[in-house]
Amino acid sequence: MDMAINQTDFSFIPEREKSIRTKGQQMQAIQCQADSVAGCVSQRACVYCGARVVLNPITDAVHLVHGPIGCASYTWDIRGSLSSGADLYRHSFSTDLREEDIIFGGERKLMRCIDELAERYHPPVMLVYSTCIVGVIGDDLEAVCRLASKRHRIKVIPVQSSGFSGNKSDGYRIACEVLLRMIASQERILYQPFHLNYLGDYNLAGEAWIICGYLQEIGINVNVAFTGDSRCESLLTAPGAALNIVQCAGSMGYLAKRMEEIYGIPFLNVSFLGLEDTMQSLRRIADFFANPYIIKRCEALIERELAQYGPIVKQYRQHLKGKKAAVFVGGGFKAISLIKQFRELGMEVVMVGTQTGRQEEYDAISQLVAEGTVILDDANPSELERFMLEQGADLLVGGVKERPLAYKLGLSFIDHNHERKHPLSGFTGAANFAREVEQTVCSPVWKYLDGPIHTGRINP
Amino acid sequence: MWDYTPPEIIPRNGIVINPAKTCQPIGAMYAALGVHRCLPHSHGSQGCCSYHRMHLSRHFRDPIAASTSSFTEGAAVFGGGANLKTALKNVFAIYNPDIIAVHTTCLSETIGDDIQVYINQAQVPPGKAVIYANTPSYVGSHVTGFSNMVKGMVKGLSVNNNHPNGKVNIIPGFVNPGDMREIKRMLKAMEVRFIMFPDTSGVLDAPLTGKYEMYPAGGTKIEELIDAGNSTVTLALGSFASEDAAQELRKKAKVRPLILRNPIGIRATDNFLMAVSRATGQEISAELEEERGQVIDVMVDLHDQYQDKKVAVFGDPDIVIALTSFLLELGMVPNYVLTGTPSEAFAKEVEQMLDEAGIKGRVKAGGDLFTLHQWIKEAPVDLLMGTSYGKYIAKAENIPLVRVGFPILDRGVHSYLPIVGYKGALRLIEMISNALLDKQDREAADEDFELIL
Ligand code: SF4
Ligand code: SF4
Repeated sequence: MDMAINQTDFSFIPEREKSIRTKGQQMQAIQCQADSVAGCVSQRACVYCGARVVLNPITDAVHLVHGPIGCASYTWDIRGSLSSGADLYRHSFSTDLREEDIIFGGERKLMRCIDELAERYHPPVMLVYSTCIVGVIGDDLEAVCRLASKRHRIKVIPVQSSGFSGNKSDGYRIACEVLLRMIASQERILYQPFHLNYLGDYNLAGEAWIICGYLQEIGINVNVAFTGDSRCESLLTAPGAALNIVQCAGSMGYLAKRMEEIYGIPFLNVSFLGLEDTMQSLRRIADFFANPYIIKRCEALIERELAQYGPIVKQYRQHLKGKKAAVFVGGGFKAISLIKQFRELGMEVVMVGTQTGRQEEYDAISQLVAEGTVILDDANPSELERFMLEQGADLLVGGVKERPLAYKLGLSFIDHNHERKHPLSGFTGAANFAREVEQTVCSPVWKYLDGPIHTGRINP
Repeated sequence: MWDYTPPEIIPRNGIVINPAKTCQPIGAMYAALGVHRCLPHSHGSQGCCSYHRMHLSRHFRDPIAASTSSFTEGAAVFGGGANLKTALKNVFAIYNPDIIAVHTTCLSETIGDDIQVYINQAQVPPGKAVIYANTPSYVGSHVTGFSNMVKGMVKGLSVNNNHPNGKVNIIPGFVNPGDMREIKRMLKAMEVRFIMFPDTSGVLDAPLTGKYEMYPAGGTKIEELIDAGNSTVTLALGSFASEDAAQELRKKAKVRPLILRNPIGIRATDNFLMAVSRATGQEISAELEEERGQVIDVMVDLHDQYQDKKVAVFGDPDIVIALTSFLLELGMVPNYVLTGTPSEAFAKEVEQMLDEAGIKGRVKAGGDLFTLHQWIKEAPVDLLMGTSYGKYIAKAENIPLVRVGFPILDRGVHSYLPIVGYKGALRLIEMISNALLDKQDREAADEDFELIL
């Protein structure tokens, strides 16, 4: 078989060189957090996108996008975040700015839209997102929202998320600021010693429910998840918690730090991906509360769940041992967890990339992976293609834009983003993950790739 | 769930709830992908580009490559000229397309970037081309963006150099690669020589080979786009997506334009094929006549299953107009017809069709799905036809949804198969009658449940 991976001579954008590393070769720091290069086929999203994904799971809020229609259309119900009741957040609201608004300013139209929505839905909170254009035409979002809050006696909060003012991570930070505004209250804070907040789980496929169920079982109550199935009212209970646990530090690390400063709530970074990490995280939480009852219940739960799901994972491991995975996800923390989780499945991670990973996280990744693993910050399709093929990956874990690429290359794929099909958190999630990986890696469909017309693939 | 829609119509003064349209650049991006070895370039912030690629990726279930000028605060203040010039240089050097198709975004439009000037100042390697279109989303919709980019192809490339090529230009409109393939098949069956643009067949429905091709084999070639100026006539299918480019060809190269409806259903396909035949002198082949006869046969077999059923249709104007006409041919009652694209002509054209059929319906351009839902709450329909976004209404009101148009995000295969031509008509009839009968079977009381329908 032809070993050439691609006839294209890969001349990379020189600026990109600093964003790619191979473990064992050059061990300088990776360049991350840089903006995409002009002319790059980048996978990176904007500030609005970051802010919206974090805030969207506030289910009883009106999410009003102030801008032209597109920004609202593309974010209509794409999050996959489940709600136990309210579903106002699954509607798309837009001020649909037109030419005359661009010329004369959009403030009046915005005010009219807020009025209409407030009168129709009486939401407890309205979040008003600004998009690029609003930043340029200079609408005073803050002033309009202040006026609207008074007029309708509800919280109308501006989300200053003009896309060009940074990247997705900046959007996360802005969303955290908004959340801080939402949890602030005039009332006295009711301190609850056995309550915590769960940060950085968006209840995709109902994942937060699984974790909240575990915690409840061992005697710990969850005040609110940031953000998944979150209601405005429950957000107000957040300041009374004894602890914040943080699943996705990329998006929520900032909120955890700020809540520690403001409310004195300590935080723990946790991960509920994979048996190992789930077990460890639960133990660390139980230890924090240092209550014998909680610790006992925690051990009982772990024992029961491991007995139920451990064998399932082991069974899949038999089919998956020795297969190679490539990981390209949003945050560095998730990448770290996935590397460990693949280890549980007997698989080796041969390429790791993230969109918003931070230096500490890249360092941790470097520690974890084997020699020769490629590590990259951001990535364009040609880079992903090159490294996946060069490294002989069997599977890619990624988001919506990577799925078709993997499939085109004849690689199996798992969505570990908004489009995940099953919950992947906790013990049951680890079993689901193993099953999903097995289902796609061992699918009969890959057999048909190696037909007579098939060319250019490295793996036999 | 989904009980936020009150039946009583309250006048609205600005707010759009659950849009039935999206923004211009995505249409421009889609059009550009129909040019061979073309990389669409989004001149704006990286976020827009990312959303547009993602959305197209979801509809076509294929990778979508496009580059961005990656605006930052500086560009937003000082203009995006430097970004665009660097971008063009980088894109040619690294991704090596034959042509780059630049479209703007709301942001670059608002700050007033002059794309033509920037392109003139940019270094374009010899033998390569750059075309562009202005695509502000605060005007029109994604269909407008598509139309603008197709026009941009003509503007940037087509020339009449007095060498008549005897060909027909076909502009297929904002349809799936499966439709474009079908149009080509019909033309080939008539042995017609043609230039079709854009043509996403072979690009967005390319086979899986185990290799990622940034530029798959399909797409209209640059030479063809240039040569389009020498053709005899341009058949523009759908006035919203295709007319502007046809008029531009008339202005620029004196190619006669002929504006037709998208060939959806019997009559529109007849008209299309007859127009082709008249323009070229080629006969409508026996093969196509046979296909037509098959559709009529099926319509006779099944008419009692769908006739007189009420239908709500929504989506892009060209498709909705053509579909409405087909539904009338089938004896169905399309009494709610809505597009998200703003337009005065749309309502006139549809209302006239409904009037002629004696149907009192509701028609709206620039509408949203909240409005459509309200209409349906007020007086229900039997069937809903439109994009995936119709599924909320379908679920809330227990109405079967036949998915047509863009985008379809929750089903596969749609982009490979046509709704145009006689083959497309067959497929639509199958989808419509199956949807109605599936519901009937599912809900039938035991004593009414029948094997033979
Ligand atoms: S800013 Fe304009 S171009 Fe960008 S996504 Fe929003 S509507 Fe579309
Ligand atoms: S306009 Fe700005 S905010 Fe909207 S999608 Fe584009 S980059 Fe993001």
